[in-house]
Amino acid sequence: MLNKIKNLKSTTKVDFATYFGVIVAFIVITILMNQGMLKRAHVGMLVPICSYITMAVALNLVVGISGELSLGHAGFMSIGAFTGVIAAMSLTSAIPSEPIRLAVAMVVAAVCSGAAGAVIGIPVLRLRGDYLAIVTLAFGEIIKELMNCLIVGHDSEGLHIIFNYNGSKSVEDLHMLTDGAVIVKGAQGTVNVDTISTFAAGFVLVMVTLVIVLNLVRSRSGRAILACRDNRIAAESVGINVTSYKMMAFVTSAALAGAAGALYGLNFSSMQATKFDFNQSILVLVFVVLGGLGNIWGSIIAATVLYILPEALREVADLRMLVYAIVLIVVMLATNSPAVKNVLSKILPKRRKEMD
Amino acid sequence: MKKLIAMLMALVLCFGLVACGGGSSDDADTADTAAAFKIGCTGPLTGDAAIYGQAVKYGLEIAIEEVNALGGIQLELQYEDDVADGETALNAYNKLIDDGMQIFAGTVTSGAGQAVAPQAYEDQIFMLTPSASSPEVVEGKDNVFQVCFTDPNQGSASATYIKENMGDKTIAVIYRNDDAYSQGIRDTFAAQAATEGLNVVYEGTFTKDTATDFSVQLTAAQAAGADVLFLPIYYQPASVILAQADAMGYAPIFFGVDGMDGILTMEGFNTELAEGVMLLTPFSADAEDELTKNFVAKYQALAGETPNQFAADAYDVIYVIYNALNEAGCTADMSYTEICEALKSTIVNMSYTGLTGSDMTWAATGEVTKMPTAVIIENGVYVGA
Repeated sequence: MLNKIKNLKSTTKVDFATYFGVIVAFIVITILMNQGMLKRAHVGMLVPICSYITMAVALNLVVGISGELSLGHAGFMSIGAFTGVIAAMSLTSAIPSEPIRLAVAMVVAAVCSGAAGAVIGIPVLRLRGDYLAIVTLAFGEIIKELMNCLIVGHDSEGLHIIFNYNGSKSVEDLHMLTDGAVIVKGAQGTVNVDTISTFAAGFVLVMVTLVIVLNLVRSRSGRAILACRDNRIAAESVGINVTSYKMMAFVTSAALAGAAGALYGLNFSSMQATKFDFNQSILVLVFVVLGGLGNIWGSIIAATVLYILPEALREVADLRMLVYAIVLIVVMLATNSPAVKNVLSKILPKRRKEMD
Repeated sequence: MKKLIAMLMALVLCFGLVACGGGSSDDADTADTAAAFKIGCTGPLTGDAAIYGQAVKYGLEIAIEEVNALGGIQLELQYEDDVADGETALNAYNKLIDDGMQIFAGTVTSGAGQAVAPQAYEDQIFMLTPSASSPEVVEGKDNVFQVCFTDPNQGSASATYIKENMGDKTIAVIYRNDDAYSQGIRDTFAAQAATEGLNVVYEGTFTKDTATDFSVQLTAAQAAGADVLFLPIYYQPASVILAQADAMGYAPIFFGVDGMDGILTMEGFNTELAEGVMLLTPFSADAEDELTKNFVAKYQALAGETPNQFAADAYDVIYVIYNALNEAGCTADMSYTEICEALKSTIVNMSYTGLTGSDMTWAATGEVTKMPTAVIIENGVYVGA
């Protein structure tokens, strides 16, 4: 058995270590939670962390592995969050089981968000350079404005959806029956959502994401995606269809981001479309860059640490965002400093081998 | 090597800051007394809406100091930053619960309130918000109450006031359509304006990202010949509108609601531009009664500026809680659910006269009943209109 593990490729070892780490973390936290050793504040952060981990891993697929810069991933999260909430709320009576309803909501969110990813990707991924970054940036903003205009209600007749594009419509214009409930209320966002997201569901989502992303990356298609990133001309010359492989990575990433959004949206009784703004996209990008481009387990750790950090720094009160910024700068400098790498290589023998 | 030194210094700075911050929070902890009710609040101390969060914090602190000096029930405040964001507010709320909060006196903003209130309902902790005015905050929750008006209330009250006092004028509205607060007031204003028969000639919208230039909306409002410009928005975009309207020589009557409150204390704003602005607010700092004078003096000593309506709402929150606790006979060793049980039946049967209204009463739905008053800004201060 041990020999078998030793003979594995180093990338495979890292992949298994990543799965293993996530599973161990889940088991440890679940045990702690059942023993009542975790505070409310910690328990409350678990689902958002799972959601941001999924976001970070999904974005890493685009930014790190496919080598395209996406600045609008919060837009996909937003689509996922709103479609997920609408699906879950309108299926309340049809699917009484909460976990199944959550799963259905995530699938619906992933499909919608993936479709949006395809719509953006088809024209844009044919372009070279930074166009994708600019278009996704614009996409994120457009989605934010569109979701802002959305008024949705559900009654026994089904869904009622209106787009309040000129700001003159309100909930009354839905003309719902008396048994209806409003789900999305324009600028006020989703209201009175059943918070059915659980940590277990978050864990499952993270695991599914890892299985999808890691298997994609290590597959034949994954190698093609990497080839497109490293040298487009060479990749084209050996017959790789650059656009379709980039599409594969981009749409997968968008769909996963949508599922993460559904998990996120169903964790809060209310959320507004303005939450998914440019800052949110950049926040996730920071997780990816800090964790290392193309480094999946790095994204997981960076998302977790950087989500907890501002909350942990509440003790510092007014200075907390300042300290947060300084920590970011220090980590960025540290991970790129030759001096630190030198020190690390002395501690970790494997690194020394690589450096030699 | 230089990089390494730079990094080390950054680290030292970082730890230094943590140490400083830690020190100051320890000081606050020393005020602990065994028999004090723990009141928690979350509000934006950083970010766009920081003025509101800060004002509420000062208001709460002043009232708590006064209450504690009375020698009866002792109160203790813990205030957490929520950046006016639902997600952060929920995290902050959870932390407050961990730290033993017994009564929740938040949130400051509506978006955060919508996210936290359902959780507070589930926990059955008594929640009395100073300024989260969205109806969604209290709707369907028997333990959540408001000291401020709800947004619909403000919209219809504004329409009624304009009808009564300037009924023959033409009206334009500029509002932010990606903001729960602004859109909520506009919707009820429009509905009430239609029933009152007001002449609304133009409605312009903007969003968070386009809140820096209003020349299009202002030109359209001017072209439509509007005499009154109704601005159900926060003071920051309002300040830009005032400046740009002044620059283009357009001088209608500006009419705002409680979000406009705070414009006079905004940094870098020329208060001359706000001359003649009318706003509907339950509190005016120039009122002559003893209560207001005392509060304004204390607030000025603490914060160095004139208090706005948010601070006054927060001040009232503490006294409402104090009165209710006394009436219900709660003790500080009760759990938050016990206190909540006692307070929610007490508050609907009590009446309170404070800074933001006299004979305020609460319905079981959580909404407050009090009279709004209109004020005009003259020589940089509010004057009753």
